Amino acid sequence: MANALDPHAAIATTATGLTDGALRTTDGMPLVRALARSQKRARRRAFLLVLPLLAFILITFVVPIGQMLQRSFYNDGFSAHMPQLSQWFDDNPRGAEPDEAAWAALATDLQAAAEARTIGIVGTRINYDVPGTRSLFTSTGRQVRRGLEPPYQAALLDINDDWGSPALWSAMREASSPVTSNFYLAAVDRTRADDGSIAPVEERQQVYVMLFMRTFWLSLVITATTFLLGFPIAHLLATLPMRKSNLLMILVLLPFWTSLLVRTTSWMVLLQQQGVINDILVWLGVIGGSQRLQMIYNQTGTIIAMTHILLPFMILPLYSVMRTINPSYVRAARSLGATSWTAFRRVYFPQTLPGLGAGALLVFILAVGYYITPALVGGSSGQLISNMIAMHMTDTLNWSMAAALAALLLGAVLLLYWVYDRMVGIDNLKLG
Amino acid sequence: MTRRLIAGTALALMSGVAAQAQEGPINITTYGGAFGAAVNEAFVKPFTAEKGIQATMVDNDNPPATLKAQVEAGNITSDVFDVEQSDVLRLCDEGLIEPIDPAILPASADGTPAAEDYLPQALHECATAIMVWSTVIAYNTEAFPDGAPTSVADFFETEKFPGKRGIIKRPKYVMEFALLGDGVPADQVYDVLSTPEGVDRAFAKLDSIKDEVVWWEAGAQAPQLLADKEVTMTLAYNGRIFDAIVDEGKPFAFVWDGANLDMDYWVVPMGAPNKEVAMDFIAFASDPTRQADLSKYIAYGPPRESASASVGTYKDGTTEMAPYLPTTPENAERALVNDAGFWADHDSELTERFNSWLAGS
Repeated sequence: MANALDPHAAIATTATGLTDGALRTTDGMPLVRALARSQKRARRRAFLLVLPLLAFILITFVVPIGQMLQRSFYNDGFSAHMPQLSQWFDDNPRGAEPDEAAWAALATDLQAAAEARTIGIVGTRINYDVPGTRSLFTSTGRQVRRGLEPPYQAALLDINDDWGSPALWSAMREASSPVTSNFYLAAVDRTRADDGSIAPVEERQQVYVMLFMRTFWLSLVITATTFLLGFPIAHLLATLPMRKSNLLMILVLLPFWTSLLVRTTSWMVLLQQQGVINDILVWLGVIGGSQRLQMIYNQTGTIIAMTHILLPFMILPLYSVMRTINPSYVRAARSLGATSWTAFRRVYFPQTLPGLGAGALLVFILAVGYYITPALVGGSSGQLISNMIAMHMTDTLNWSMAAALAALLLGAVLLLYWVYDRMVGIDNLKLG
Repeated sequence: MTRRLIAGTALALMSGVAAQAQEGPINITTYGGAFGAAVNEAFVKPFTAEKGIQATMVDNDNPPATLKAQVEAGNITSDVFDVEQSDVLRLCDEGLIEPIDPAILPASADGTPAAEDYLPQALHECATAIMVWSTVIAYNTEAFPDGAPTSVADFFETEKFPGKRGIIKRPKYVMEFALLGDGVPADQVYDVLSTPEGVDRAFAKLDSIKDEVVWWEAGAQAPQLLADKEVTMTLAYNGRIFDAIVDEGKPFAFVWDGANLDMDYWVVPMGAPNKEVAMDFIAFASDPTRQADLSKYIAYGPPRESASASVGTYKDGTTEMAPYLPTTPENAERALVNDAGFWADHDSELTERFNSWLAGS
């Protein structure tokens, strides 16, 4: 078999000629180990290169967001400043009537909190659960700073009858543990009744569930509209000759580079009742001067403006996928007798799915968290949940509530992402 | 070479020590915009010029939230903040701002101590008022050639005064306004609003014009909506409308009936690095003539009675400011002073109710 002229045989002979049968580098190290070592070095270098970004993301993004989200279930506003009463709640089961020991603990804590100027924090925390009680704490605090005589129950009730309210004691018991589910309950329009059971809030106070639904529904509608509008444009971009497609590309990108605020404001100019579009319609005689259309400061305005703003996020991934589709496939389908619709449906469209998936995911997730545009053009019916989060962050300063709403939104988006992965497969996503 | 380096380092170190011994520089955070510019001209620049301490004005669209974040993180970059009334109560009760000793505030020219000279609610244990502003009705004069609206009730008369109405999208000011429009006297508004029936009554009044309302959020939107003729009448911040009338020559006018007076305050964050200088600045800015000077740059009124008399003309030199200020007696006559205590207690509840009401059809 071993033929001196057979090159394969020659190599085989050389290889087996070594003592342990492994290839070695010139300095005698087994090739596998040398390779592993050099790869390890390359990996380490790559890691070092990524390290600044990783540290940056950890310090400026992951940690603060984690801390913020922690506020949604952790609020020690009450427990940290009312230690004795919190202790009493720990020692006594729910349903136990507050005895004189509880009232004494309450009085001592109120006095200490008033001294330390933390009573406002305590009152604010309880006010989240029982509106209108914040001043009960602060005003009582001012009075007990001068001292309080036992019996404490009578003394406190003498200052204000509201101290006897079961709802207040129930809220204080809830707040006595820093870990609470109350903000999440409130974020889904639920509340804790006096006996600790969970009940829906009054109908006229319900707002969040409806806003979550509206946010997801409007985001879906916007995603669908960007698809309907963006698909033909992306197709045109991908198939036109380079010179024309470049021009079209600039038309797509120009608004993309323009400030979000400018684009939103332009829509206000166009759509308002005394705006350009209504003026043209009246001038054309399509509508009468008194029947000007209400196209902004409502859901319609939100959908129109957001569709326009998010359109490039649909077009660009679609375009990048469409450009790689070989036109000969469609030609082949046509030559085999498919109508143009069938060729599109069965040959072309399935190949654009990775781009569509990426575009739809981008647009949907951006839309779910959108804030400026709905705030400006949404009016009363075009508001999204993000506007509520912003309001709790900046107006009411109830950061725990904002965190709970944000966490629910994040959870819902992750859930959708998971569903998407299960149904479409995340590998089918192509961003460019 | 080495010697020069050592000398240079020593010099740098010494100047560093010297800089530490001297207090300041201080930062002053305000809501910015036209108000920030006015504060800069009337208080910040003169302070630097007279005291020789560098003071810088920092724009911020939400000073209370920034203050809270800075104090909680222990990283305070501003020594003085401008916040609204309801925030003063919250921040003070939560121990986030320093108490201010009223004794540091200068007496008025005739010797009246500051404590008696300031308007009611203008002095707080943790804050002193900067100026008085108001939420008023503004209308486009071209929209009503046959007779202008004169009262809150007219705002709700969409038959007599046709056109859309602009209203700020938050319950504060709006709830009070609705009750005033429903005939509740100004001094009883907060008593009525404290009852569930009163809240229902306010929403019922708003229901009557709900379809005619354009809701706005940013202060600049109100004059814009009026100028675009998107609305014929709107609730607006008086300073913004003044700018539109005087600076841009827009045909707008005010209805002072039912104006809602509110104040902005100086506060010092708890643990501010330059607390002493910050207090000096507040004392400096509370001088009556200096307060009157603020009205030269913006249509907000001084919070001290003795300052009202010294209010002169606008920076253009010709426009008398008195007719445009919410503190001028004729304007303040039928005004309501916003009750920050009420809002501190009921803000979250009424905001949720308001949002739910807005969202419902």
